[in-house]
Amino acid sequence: MMNPFEIHAAKQRIKNILFKSIAIMGLLFALCVLILLLVNVAQNGLSRINIEFITSYPSRHPDQAGIVAGLVGSFYMVILTAIMAIPIGIGAAIYLEEYGRKNWIGRLIEINIANLAGVPSIVYGLLGLGLFVRWMALDRSILAGAMTMSLLIMPVIIISTREAIRAVPNGIREASYAVGATKWQTIWHHLLPISFPSILTGIILAISRAIGETAPLITIGALTYVTFLPNNLKSSFTILPIQIFNWVARPQQAFHQDAAAGIIVLLIVTLLLNSVAIILRNRFLR
Amino acid sequence: MSSYKVETRGVNLYYGNNHALKNVTLGVMENQVVAMIGPSGCGKSTYLRLFNRMNDMIDNVRIEGEVLLNGRDIYLNGSRVEDVRKKVGMVFQKPNPFPKTIFENVAYGLRVNGISNKKFIEETVERSLKQAALWEEVKDELKKSALALSGGQQQRLCIARALAVEPSVILMDEPASALDPLSNAKIEELIWELKKRYTIIIVTHNMQQAARVSDKTAFFYLGELIEFNDTKEIFMNPKHERTQNYITGRFG
Repeated sequence: MMNPFEIHAAKQRIKNILFKSIAIMGLLFALCVLILLLVNVAQNGLSRINIEFITSYPSRHPDQAGIVAGLVGSFYMVILTAIMAIPIGIGAAIYLEEYGRKNWIGRLIEINIANLAGVPSIVYGLLGLGLFVRWMALDRSILAGAMTMSLLIMPVIIISTREAIRAVPNGIREASYAVGATKWQTIWHHLLPISFPSILTGIILAISRAIGETAPLITIGALTYVTFLPNNLKSSFTILPIQIFNWVARPQQAFHQDAAAGIIVLLIVTLLLNSVAIILRNRFLR
Repeated sequence: MSSYKVETRGVNLYYGNNHALKNVTLGVMENQVVAMIGPSGCGKSTYLRLFNRMNDMIDNVRIEGEVLLNGRDIYLNGSRVEDVRKKVGMVFQKPNPFPKTIFENVAYGLRVNGISNKKFIEETVERSLKQAALWEEVKDELKKSALALSGGQQQRLCIARALAVEPSVILMDEPASALDPLSNAKIEELIWELKKRYTIIIVTHNMQQAARVSDKTAFFYLGELIEFNDTKEIFMNPKHERTQNYITGRFG
């Protein structure tokens, strides 16, 4: 006969095993789906990946079509978005965390930013269409697109930067103030350098999102068939996901291969960007 | 002119609706060591932080009354809070070195105050580390991270950092409570040394420490200054029953 303690322990052991198996199954399921997706895409698209595909403009002929307009468009889009969203986002986070008072206005702003981070991206597209494309008359330009995208990722940057700054031990602030440093010196010498790796992580996530987002740019009218590279801020443009979407929508099987190849390029770009950021972060963590 | 180095006159402090310091009047003479004792939450740390305006960092704090340094009110408009903190250094409960080199930790106070003369900075770092009785242990590894030091060394580094900007008053908020007994003894020895040149106010939970290092002792209870007198008097012959009960360990 087992005593009550042993029965309890046995039950807990079973629960433990059960939960562990559920977790492992969840992981395996997710991995399988991902692998299936990658294999499928690779089978379809790998044969189309070559220098010509990377350097050609889209075409009526699927075997001559290329991704260069989308690739360069996405590149410009991300750079412009980063230039606008990162300084404003970090600035806003510093203000909210270090300067702003923690009263009801502060809490209201905090709740609103958290909500903004969860707003569907199509809504940002509509905002961009009304505000930048029409009202500011920027037209369907790459600038209007990047501004829309900045709005979209700014809440994410603000939230992650705030958390990064908040995670700096208060003792560091006190130590800095105690020897006569000003608020700005404390932020610039201590808070930003110490929280930089975490801030960078937030920025990586935000930028990755910007690369993959399609809906808001379709809304503001990014083109789907572009045979030129954007040469100024008011240029029309397309981006990788829109180019891929365009090919998928074609009835011809051959264009679907182009789409698969485009997806591979998009994945590689995203992975590259993430790895660069991770390398940067690890360098600064040392 | 008052003859006190630092003093408060009728200071009341509120955190929102919480009346944390009640009409506290107290003066500290130059080159004295004054210990603040009292149970947790009695306001002694809050009181300490009046003198370098550290309470300014907290929202919803309201301060009434006068806090004087060398006879001048440090809360008056026109007195820069950074200048006050340069004259009134502080050492905290937990050692809080910056994640920088030992050298940069001590030099930081000079740099933020606009000093860039390399020779002067090097001399000041050495002098401060010597004053903090740390120089012999770290002189060959000034470029090493301060985080590699032991807790006791870190705390002495923090003292050196405070000394580098040449304050005249040093506030210590339970500086030894997070340290082992040996480091604790070193800090106390150091206080004896520093006393010759600085005015020191120290918050402590350790009665023996208060008795050993201080000239005068102030007993706080629920935001009130209950008793302030020569340390000997406080410990041998307290006037108030609460003080008596606290120092004999009957409550607190």
